[in-house]
Amino acid sequence: MAEIIAGVGTSHIPAVGAAIDKGRTQDPYWAPYFAKVEPVRQWMAEVKPDVCIVVYNDHANAFSLEIIPTFALGLAAEFPVADEGYGPRPVPTVFGHPDLAWHLAESLILDEFDLTLVNEMTVDHGLTVPLSVMFGEPDEWPCPIIPLCVNVVQYPPPTGNRCWRLGQAIRRAVESYPGAERVIIVGTGGMSHQLHGERAGLINTEFDGAFLDDLVSDPEKVAAISHVEYLREAGSEGIELVMWLVMRGALSRDVEQVYRATHVPTSNTHNGLLVLSEGAAR
Amino acid sequence: MSAHAKPPRETGREYDDIPGTFVFDGRRSRQGYALNKFCMSLNTPANRELLRADEAAYLDRFALTPEQREAVVKRDWLKMLELGGNIYYTYKLAAFDGMTFQQLASQQTGVTEEAYVQMMLGGGRPIEGNRSRSTSQPSAARNQQGAARG
Repeated sequence: MAEIIAGVGTSHIPAVGAAIDKGRTQDPYWAPYFAKVEPVRQWMAEVKPDVCIVVYNDHANAFSLEIIPTFALGLAAEFPVADEGYGPRPVPTVFGHPDLAWHLAESLILDEFDLTLVNEMTVDHGLTVPLSVMFGEPDEWPCPIIPLCVNVVQYPPPTGNRCWRLGQAIRRAVESYPGAERVIIVGTGGMSHQLHGERAGLINTEFDGAFLDDLVSDPEKVAAISHVEYLREAGSEGIELVMWLVMRGALSRDVEQVYRATHVPTSNTHNGLLVLSEGAAR
Repeated sequence: MSAHAKPPRETGREYDDIPGTFVFDGRRSRQGYALNKFCMSLNTPANRELLRADEAAYLDRFALTPEQREAVVKRDWLKMLELGGNIYYTYKLAAFDGMTFQQLASQQTGVTEEAYVQMMLGGGRPIEGNRSRSTSQPSAARNQQGAARG
């Protein structure tokens, strides 16, 4: 059977992508953050997953207000990089894993998670920035990527609890796949930030710290956080944190925290990094 | 499109008391549909060229209310949000104008870019005093409070 060997949490801030693309990672503003990224890249290079499932949100690129899928799974063999209004990021095309993706689709829908299935879509910074964070600047991404889009732009997003349970179903689905793939699941977005309105710039490191503590050791407590609490405490755009629960739900109860770091500010956001491993036994 | 632009029925929501925040719920999505559709169109390079060549003619293609159109023409970013714009959509227009996200944020919060950048370097806008309207201070004071941490 295939197996989930680890989970990664990371913000997906577009400015991080721009800093990489423009060669500014050693600028005084950026160097402290990219120093914190380095252990994640080293760990990734050692672990060498066969596939990554990346849980992220589209930001008015592949989807718009015309059609708003709550959960959309990318089945394609490749996903072009989106033009978000100012040209696509100069990063490699993202190649998918149609066989595992279709297995996930069938397994999850029969497990009562009614996904939208997508055969053609572009991927925006929500997916490509996490790839840059984890893999740096390779000529090709080192493994196939299965995109799982979660709507967090149109209120209401799915509840944290729904995301947590979807993660559990993804684990069941992966473990019923007749292959030997070692899969890493990546939850992206957040942490606290607000981009719009007069409250823009809100950061709540206390909320984020408790979120990370509990995500590791008491994830049901995190799954119970209400939307209003996210909006109020983590900023209106901080509600993206529900996507980290998909990642956590796909892991065992007891996980090893391999790495954790946060950095403030990155543009308007409290930037989070978390690596959770199933451990040496797996 | 007029059915979308019609002001939605107002019903109070628990999150309406969060200060300086426009939660993009169904009320705002309906109100801002054409405005966001205009912004979305800027993902296509040919449309960006059309907007640059003749803004008025390009805006005619979308069923904006007069108020929404005025907010777009004046680049009144906060007004666009009040009228149903979503930040991920309105940012496309800001990027079209060559603005960074922090420049957009500073204009929405009514401070200079430098003051906004300093606020973020100082740890961002604090949550204390910004949880609900009933406990919050006026926005200018809040901005100063945030900037003071830098």
